Amino acid sequence: MPILEIAAKYTTYAVMAVILVFALGVVTLRNLFHCALCLAAALIGTAVLYVVLQAEYLAAIQILLYVGAVVTLVIFAIMLTEHLAGKTVRQNNSQSLPAIAGLLGFVSLLTALILKTPWPVTPTALQAKVLVMGLGKALMGDYVFPFEVISIVLIAALIGTVVIAKKDQPEEKA
Amino acid sequence: MIILPLPHILIFSLLLFAIGIYGALVRRNIIGILISIELMLNAANINLIAFSKYTSLAPETGQIFALFVIAIAATAAAVGLAIVLALYRVRKTVQADEVHLLKW
Repeated sequence: MPILEIAAKYTTYAVMAVILVFALGVVTLRNLFHCALCLAAALIGTAVLYVVLQAEYLAAIQILLYVGAVVTLVIFAIMLTEHLAGKTVRQNNSQSLPAIAGLLGFVSLLTALILKTPWPVTPTALQAKVLVMGLGKALMGDYVFPFEVISIVLIAALIGTVVIAKKDQPEEKA
Repeated sequence: MIILPLPHILIFSLLLFAIGIYGALVRRNIIGILISIELMLNAANINLIAFSKYTSLAPETGQIFALFVIAIAATAAAVGLAIVLALYRVRKTVQADEVHLLKW
């Protein structure tokens, strides 16, 4: 079915273009709330890309964790601090032109490198299908140590977040 | 079935990463900088998944490290935003260049 494959290919390119447009919105829009919504859209587009790359479990995690949790946190923080960041406040510093110049060099250099490198794309790797069961076995087998470490990091970060963000209580009289 | 050549995906994630760097360099608002950093982590994740799909011998590896990156991104967002809130409570500002207490 070549027509279906061609359609899938150009749909994927369209998804990539939409993600880039939303990412530009994230870094250029003046209203921070709109930026957060653009970030959510870009992350959902990335989840679509994961489905195209046959990583369905990662797509679900992406929507659950990024779009569900991180964007919600960001919107909370924007709501709690928005009073001073009104329409008249400048949102950019004056480093735009040097940043764009440097990034153009960076992007052109890395693009040349990517196009030159002979990537070892093997047919066996292309045929391989990752199931959720395989992910679970790898997490409990080969990667059990990073798995445990990241759970400790998570709990430490969450406790630290609560400690940092809670209001300072005035000292109780002894 | 694979429909895209690998360099196209890599160049796409490179562009996404560059946009994230631009935001992190240019934004004044600390929350804007954090959002841009999330974009950069996301671009790195796309690379991990693409490599795990196209080249890896053990195809789970890339996806598992993408999972770890997502978890780290969540902790980074939580801790960063908590710091922003604490800073806002003390200094009444969220602009990065107005926090110059330690700047010589």
